[in-house]
Amino acid sequence: MQDVTIYITDREGEKHTVLAPTDMAMNLMEVVRTYELAPEGTIGVCGGMAMCASCQCYVTSDHKINAMEDEEDAMLSEAFNVKENSRLSCQIPITEALNELEIELAPDV
Amino acid sequence: MIKTDILIIGAGPTGLFTVFEAGLLKLKCHLIDALPQPGGQCSELYPKKPIYDIPGFPEILAGDLTSNLLQQGKQFQPGFTLGERAETIEKQEDGSFIVTTNKGTQHHAPIVAIAGGLGSFEPRKPKLDNIEKYEDKGVAYFIKDPEVYRDKKVVIAGGGDSALDWSIFLADVAEEVTLVHRRNEFRGALDSVERAQELKLINKINIITPAEITALHGDEKIEGVSITKDGQTERIDADAFIPLFGLSPKLGPIGDWGLEIEKNAIKVDTLDYQTNIPGIYAIGDVNTYEGKLKLILCGFHEATLMCQSAYKRLNPGKKFVLKYTTVSGIDGFDGTRKESPKAVVKAIV
Repeated sequence: MQDVTIYITDREGEKHTVLAPTDMAMNLMEVVRTYELAPEGTIGVCGGMAMCASCQCYVTSDHKINAMEDEEDAMLSEAFNVKENSRLSCQIPITEALNELEIELAPDV
Repeated sequence: MIKTDILIIGAGPTGLFTVFEAGLLKLKCHLIDALPQPGGQCSELYPKKPIYDIPGFPEILAGDLTSNLLQQGKQFQPGFTLGERAETIEKQEDGSFIVTTNKGTQHHAPIVAIAGGLGSFEPRKPKLDNIEKYEDKGVAYFIKDPEVYRDKKVVIAGGGDSALDWSIFLADVAEEVTLVHRRNEFRGALDSVERAQELKLINKINIITPAEITALHGDEKIEGVSITKDGQTERIDADAFIPLFGLSPKLGPIGDWGLEIEKNAIKVDTLDYQTNIPGIYAIGDVNTYEGKLKLILCGFHEATLMCQSAYKRLNPGKKFVLKYTTVSGIDGFDGTRKESPKAVVKAIV
């Protein structure tokens, strides 16, 4: 299994290039936390259950990613700063299809 | 003034288990929590989610874990200050502490154990100009007393259970209830959604979707709100605006207590999970140290060690002997006693 490259723009606008493993059942929120690209306590607050929207991100590249399930969709309907390309990063598993994915972290609320 | 041996800030799983461990050492506990019910995240965020890594429980719902922990600690008669946030701490001359909540309730204890998880749950406030100006002047994030809204025009925003349930409840109290949600779909219990639908059909609730509140109006207090739908903005009269967008945890005032903070968590010594202020401990998700794992089971371990340290601190001269519940049983503060039944010794003839 290959690692994939992900481009993550943090909340201060700084762009980071990180490597994420595809064989550790990780999701995108966990990758952001692993690389400490957002302060602890401001991301993945619910642990990754699509229940808090603290890991909201905007997908800015043209990747085909897993479709949104009802829980994620419902949470985003109540979140702030939601855009067309909003996703909860905890609901995006890291797969090889995500190589060179580009995301921006949504503001902390 | 409430007096206790260990004042626990945060009534999540770690705080609740502390009651039990402290009780075995004959120390009494009182818990403060910003939420109106004990259980922390487990009961507030995900009571129906199964947890698979609690030792001895192949699977347990978060809400059931909370109930079990309450049951386990019940005999030690913990006190609770719920729905109040620990605001300030003052060290007394004798080394004890007085902790005061945002509602002015005072607690006095020689030991403070912060088990605050990710912080106290605060309402998520929509980004609207001047919303702070209208707080308590028509804008509320919780409904404490529904009677306040009798014969008033109320606008509720949100798409979850609380927005639906309060809209339904206030339909019989308020003069007019308008529920505004960004989507057409609501996320709530099926019967709530159906009830709201019925009330809409008989004009007891106005439901406006997909729409958003985009401005608040009024001189001294809320007099109206702007609702934007399909790019069109309309102003309606309102006496109250209640945004119900859920809660998010904030470390809050504890961050200003002079404790050493790192990565939004309180640094502790892993010897006994004491902070840089002697007598104040931090356990569970709220603390940090090298190798920290934010797991409930680690919180239980930290609570246990912390109680031993607190006991030694309160009883400096006493020799301490570790007791096993299988051997010593449990003497509750309520007069109950639990012990393992004696084996039957009898000759078989």
